[in-house]
Amino acid sequence: MPTPIITLDHVTRTFSVKRQTITAVDDVNLSIREGEIICLVGESGCGKTTTGKMIAGVLPASAGRILYLGADISKLTGTERKKFRLGVQMIHQDPYASLNPAHTISAIIAAPLRHHGFTQGETQTQQRVRKLLETVDLTPPDDFLDKYPHQLSGGQRQRVSVARALTVAPSFLVADEAVSMVDVSIRISLLNMLSKLKDAMGLSVLFITHDLALAKYFAWEGRIGVMYLGRLVELSPARWLVEHPQHPYTQVLLSAIPEADPEATRHKKRIELRSMDVPSLLRLPTGCSFHPRCPQFLGEVCEQVTPALVESDGAMVACHRVTRPAPRATEL
Amino acid sequence: MQPILSIQNLSIEYRARRGRVRAIRNVSFDVQRGEAVALIGESGSGKTTLGLGIVQLLPGTARVTQGRAIYRRSRDGAPSEIDTLQLKGRALREFRWKECAMVFQSALNALNPVLRISDQFADTAQAHGYLQGRALHARAEELLKLVRLDPDRVWRSFPHELSGGMRQRVLIALSLLLEPQLLILDEPTTALDILTQRNIMDVLKDLRHKLDFSLLFISHDLALAAELTDRVATVYAGKIVELASVETTFKEPAHPYTIGLINAVPTLKGTKEDLSSIPGSPPDLVEMPAGCKFHPRCPLVESRCKEEEPELVEVKPGHQTACWNWRSAREALQTHKVQG
Repeated sequence: MPTPIITLDHVTRTFSVKRQTITAVDDVNLSIREGEIICLVGESGCGKTTTGKMIAGVLPASAGRILYLGADISKLTGTERKKFRLGVQMIHQDPYASLNPAHTISAIIAAPLRHHGFTQGETQTQQRVRKLLETVDLTPPDDFLDKYPHQLSGGQRQRVSVARALTVAPSFLVADEAVSMVDVSIRISLLNMLSKLKDAMGLSVLFITHDLALAKYFAWEGRIGVMYLGRLVELSPARWLVEHPQHPYTQVLLSAIPEADPEATRHKKRIELRSMDVPSLLRLPTGCSFHPRCPQFLGEVCEQVTPALVESDGAMVACHRVTRPAPRATEL
Repeated sequence: MQPILSIQNLSIEYRARRGRVRAIRNVSFDVQRGEAVALIGESGSGKTTLGLGIVQLLPGTARVTQGRAIYRRSRDGAPSEIDTLQLKGRALREFRWKECAMVFQSALNALNPVLRISDQFADTAQAHGYLQGRALHARAEELLKLVRLDPDRVWRSFPHELSGGMRQRVLIALSLLLEPQLLILDEPTTALDILTQRNIMDVLKDLRHKLDFSLLFISHDLALAAELTDRVATVYAGKIVELASVETTFKEPAHPYTIGLINAVPTLKGTKEDLSSIPGSPPDLVEMPAGCKFHPRCPLVESRCKEEEPELVEVKPGHQTACWNWRSAREALQTHKVQG
């Protein structure tokens, strides 16, 4: 088996807040292959963005190792470190904040090309800028070169962000809620563009989103990971996860999503939680952190033992209910 | 029975340095008593402007250039008609909250951060000469329970002590304090997590069932409109381009924009082939294209679309659309999708 492009090996990240420690990401294991799409989904505060930032090298891990092509990124130095930093690029959520408003589109895209020596001479740089704009479907490029970010729509700006990320020929993209601020009608075209790039350049993508339907669509051939309070609770091929969710949290999430079909959405079976309150990251529940809300709570085992992520029916699931046979009626 | 709210030929503009932003253009529609109507459209389509216009909360740069918003009072004796756009002073204050309440998108900013929830209720009640003291507390307790909050937990809390979903539910409870007949909800679940959104949706459905108010629901999320409302108005570039029952909107849409919007939203059940995006981007409201404002993005565009703007016409009773090609749009776009 080829070396995965990114491997998370028992990765944990803590933050100090007001002299207290919160664990944003807790013991996450994950391998991402070349050319693979992985979507991380979960609610705010589940650690999906922190995970993305650690993979991009923006935040160091507090414990555990992150491997880029087999090498621990915290130990890389010199050219090896530079290779990693260029190889993994990030696309941010807000295209209104991530582009310098005082620079033209051409300047924004040309800067990394020149700085990292990807092009020699001004003619070559300009050629490459045009080519990149065409790659992200901003055509004809001449219409965009001299514009400033405020003259573009949100969707167009996000395409510029992608073009900028591609300047340094990365092999891995971390896209954090990259389409959530873009109009509904043009989200799909942005995602299609990313898919096309993935196929053409063999890119791997870690796509962070809160929208499971979008994740299923984008990660069609890839996988979806569901996070809850810092832990990966289910990891499964995208369509399998949506059609056969095994973790009770995934099941609750899927049942809560409204559908754009009046008949279906009004008769959809909803799963009730035991509690609506999301536990504070400062005082995480013991054992399985979902147990105070879990509709399939088993009792003591859930309160005391943290379930490991283990294989179950074509997926990886961290739940005692899944790994243990259901108790017989007499025990209930 | 007459509709509770009739918007008639309403146009609203903003003055901007670049020129006039025509946010609402000649919009007319009714909200029946007890009915929930959704205004769906993308950001910048003018839907929030419409809501703000009804309660006269538009910013200073906005101007109502034509039209009326007729509200029909039904309480306190004989029914009477008022144009909400003409209200001033005391009459306006009475209309807001007592007749019509609006819940805004950002619950964090809508509550006064230095007042306890109890004081926010007391303030509103006092300003309107409503219940006080123990009677107010009892009424608030009842409302907080209706939105599935624990009154003991919430009553003495400051807004920052509550989660986003709790604050949003406090606002909904507060908006219902004076028993308004019409509730305007502007993106009430945006920026909330899936499970919190589910909880708010369940609360709203429950409230509609228990209290008999009319609802104007402003959202960009088609699925929420599908779940909560009776009728849907699709707004594009400041104009209603389709108006139909919720079933018709999702099963037999006739306007290429509505069809495109439905096809652009991924669903849990759908396959990859079901999805397609609308080319181009929403128009600049200062320099709008001539003719139908959707024509630069429409797959069915013809020369007529570039010159004349279509008005709403009846497709069948209760279903109106503004498109020159509505007769063939659905069929043409279905085949279009299979080919493309």
